[in-house]
Amino acid sequence: MTRTLVIVGHGMVGHRLVEALREKDVTDQWRIVVFAEETRPAYDRVALSSYVDNWDADSLSLAPHDDDAVELHLNDQVVHIDRDNKVVRTTSGRVQSYDALVLATGSVPFVPPVPGRDLPGCHVYRTIEDLDGIRATVEAAHSSGRHAGMVLGGGLLGLEAANALRGMGISPHVVELGPRLMPLQVDEGGAGLLKRLVEKLDLTIHTGTSASSIERDGDRLIAKLSNGVELDLDVVVFSAGIRPRDELARSFGLQVGERGGIIVDQACRTSDENIYAIGECANLGGMVYGLVAPGYSMAEVVADRLLGGEAEFPGADMSTKLKLLGVDVASFGDAHAKEEGALEVVVNDAVAGTYAKVVVSDDAKTLLGGILVGDATKYPMLRPLVGRPVPGDPVALIGPAGGGPELTLPHDAQVCSCHAVIKQDIVDVINSGEAVDVPGIKACTKAGTGCGSCVPLLKKLLSECGVEQSRALCEHFDHSRADLFEIVRSTGITTFSELISRHGRGRGCDLCKPAIASILASLDNGHVLEGEQATLQDTNDRFLANLQRNGTYSVVPRIPGGEITPEKLIVIGEVARDFGLYTKITGGQRIDLFGATVDQLPQIWKRLVDAGFESGHAYGKALRTVKSCVGTTWCRYGVQDSVSLAIELELRYRGLRSPHKLKSAVSGCARECAEARGKDFGVIATENGWNLYVGGNGGFTPRHADLIASDVDTETLIKLIDRFLMFYIRTADRLQRTSTWIESLEGGLDHLRAVIVDDSLGICADLEAAMAKHVDNYADEWRGVLEDPEKLARFTSFVNAPGTPDPTISFREERGQKVPVLLGVPSFSGAENQAEVSR
Amino acid sequence: MTPVCELSVLQPDRGVAALLPDGSQVAVFLTSAGTVHALGNIDPFSGAAVLSRGIVGDRGGVPVVVSPVYKEAFELTTGKCLDDPSTGVPVYPVVVIDGVVQVGSP
Repeated sequence: MTRTLVIVGHGMVGHRLVEALREKDVTDQWRIVVFAEETRPAYDRVALSSYVDNWDADSLSLAPHDDDAVELHLNDQVVHIDRDNKVVRTTSGRVQSYDALVLATGSVPFVPPVPGRDLPGCHVYRTIEDLDGIRATVEAAHSSGRHAGMVLGGGLLGLEAANALRGMGISPHVVELGPRLMPLQVDEGGAGLLKRLVEKLDLTIHTGTSASSIERDGDRLIAKLSNGVELDLDVVVFSAGIRPRDELARSFGLQVGERGGIIVDQACRTSDENIYAIGECANLGGMVYGLVAPGYSMAEVVADRLLGGEAEFPGADMSTKLKLLGVDVASFGDAHAKEEGALEVVVNDAVAGTYAKVVVSDDAKTLLGGILVGDATKYPMLRPLVGRPVPGDPVALIGPAGGGPELTLPHDAQVCSCHAVIKQDIVDVINSGEAVDVPGIKACTKAGTGCGSCVPLLKKLLSECGVEQSRALCEHFDHSRADLFEIVRSTGITTFSELISRHGRGRGCDLCKPAIASILASLDNGHVLEGEQATLQDTNDRFLANLQRNGTYSVVPRIPGGEITPEKLIVIGEVARDFGLYTKITGGQRIDLFGATVDQLPQIWKRLVDAGFESGHAYGKALRTVKSCVGTTWCRYGVQDSVSLAIELELRYRGLRSPHKLKSAVSGCARECAEARGKDFGVIATENGWNLYVGGNGGFTPRHADLIASDVDTETLIKLIDRFLMFYIRTADRLQRTSTWIESLEGGLDHLRAVIVDDSLGICADLEAAMAKHVDNYADEWRGVLEDPEKLARFTSFVNAPGTPDPTISFREERGQKVPVLLGVPSFSGAENQAEVSR
Repeated sequence: MTPVCELSVLQPDRGVAALLPDGSQVAVFLTSAGTVHALGNIDPFSGAAVLSRGIVGDRGGVPVVVSPVYKEAFELTTGKCLDDPSTGVPVYPVVVIDGVVQVGSP
């Protein structure tokens, strides 16, 4: 390592520079030292408003630089630059020499000079700390029963801030000086629809006006608008744009723009050839870019230059697609038809709540830009076509689905604008066989790993390249699980043998048999061990218990919501003691009893069923538990009764067979003690009702669940969950958890929301009816076994010696409980050693 | 030959375990094609005596039982493991006489 790069600032763009340089610098030419004023490392500021969902700052974290070549100094601001000797000094007194210096100091929020703007209760909106401050103000107001807020600024950032306030239970006034919302991105028609849609969420929009003063009146703030309106408020958030942080550059003689920003050339170099500036602090070609994508491009340019490359700023794609307050908004290319002679084609569907505009050249042959409000599903296909020929009639591009021409992208069209990946790059990795699916493309090219809006396009490219995305269940069925579900549902077939003889081939296998058994069970075909169904089940379902490594099973009685009486707890203890079972508390708030042999299972369950327990389905691809925190009944902070809801949900969905296991949780307040966002469906109480989150996952690929509905009452909540679960059961692949299922849906979470919240497919009543049928037909599986001598007879160790224990099973003791002795494995030489080691 | 059970007790494609006089265990299967097979019950990968609890089916037309522990497939006629041909389980001769399934020595 011969040279030192010093980076001032560790925001998203500074972070990207470190990542980009480390990736390209294969010979380790550069050591990187980063000084950051903030106390926390870079995080995803673009997703800042999601911080309100869980108040978990970690969920915004960017990947840490786990690298010896990178030093990160937090809370240590660079205050002096000695350009002649190429040395910087920081607030802590640290002195660091550099070979190259990059200023990535970002921006500060612009606060208009309104009298009263510094009063307590007035905030800006940029950092996690700002949101913590807003939260403190809002909670103080809530405690006196008040909920009034104002956001100054109706642009992209202003609406983000309004969204964050809504997440805190406030429906704010939004004040925009311009004539409409989002004046930079959206035209009058689009903004009109946007205004109507957000007003439905109880936002009050004031356009063409500004705040002329803010005064404190007791606990409240009184804001006077220039149009004469007076607002009585608890919290004010300024979110009216940004100003580049160029003071360091200014102080040490670097050239800055008239309206701010450190002037840089196409290589992002400042007036000092050893100093670069990137991101929101830079002024490139007279522009200061407030979006992250151009900042990332600048970081890539500098990384290339530091390694001797000739990269230049490729120009900024100011295209935007985002979901603001639940409303899709996208704007791309020449959205305002500024080019001479540009023609606009508009489809404004006030009934559906969608607005779409494309801008084309004067001869209607070239696409120049466009705006989409309410439905942005066409964005990933349209944006890459900017500057290219329009196939056919422009109106067909935005007309109703199905009517448009089949669009094919040219090879050099940019597919992923976050990572600047063009179609050819993607086609290359597909054709070379490096990538055979969407995750493969993501790994090879990074496409689709930023905002994700191009993922549908990646799927399309795969099929364009002839990559068959086989969805066949296994060698015995060419159909996907979803197709087989529909076949079984519509034909009324009730046995595997009929299904495979009519729609498959061969005898079946360990893939298709349990999958079909699950489908039959989801469609309520009686007990899972009835007749032929028993032969389809994996061993867990066959013995209604969980197979452990030594051939014994574990037993988990259902404890709905984790609530249990002392008497029942004692029964579990007595059963465990009497059968000598190893006992452990599970993560799902229940108790697992290990070491039962097949012939013990009915005896154990007889005792449990007599005491009022029923199967916990820990063995099944089915609902496991609905975990809960203790809720309002006991907790000083709870806002809803989480335990009662958890019990209601667990009892409603118990026994529901699904493509994979289902876990749930209910938290009684935003502190989220039940960890609901790690579940397939999680519920978090709000002051006004419940927030529903879906698609969370622990395991190999942990993922937080996404908010799909907020502030709903219990009845609505249950309807939504009914629909969510049934839609999942009908359409997911075998062993596909809800998280990957949602990702695999064309349109992802938005599509799911459309189907289960807005009933876009008109199937909600059917989904609810299917769930009602499940609820009505539920019966405890273990009681079913105990009451049927034929089923009971299958729970024997040996067909010719029932009651004789399996001689291979033996136990030893550890911490006062029995645990399995590892078995000798005859055909493996290492196995005996293994047993000794663990002894 | 040890009689283990009546054929009528066996459900197609669902195994049972039987204990032989020497203390060894066999997994006995009646396939949906009507054939009867007996294999060693101990899964060589886990050491657990559980092969009788595996799912019976076919892989590429070859009748197999799949171990419920780590899901390796064993050929019903030869005991050979299709996922790792270097290992397998013993095959026991099996006959049905007067409706009674009888198992011999491997």
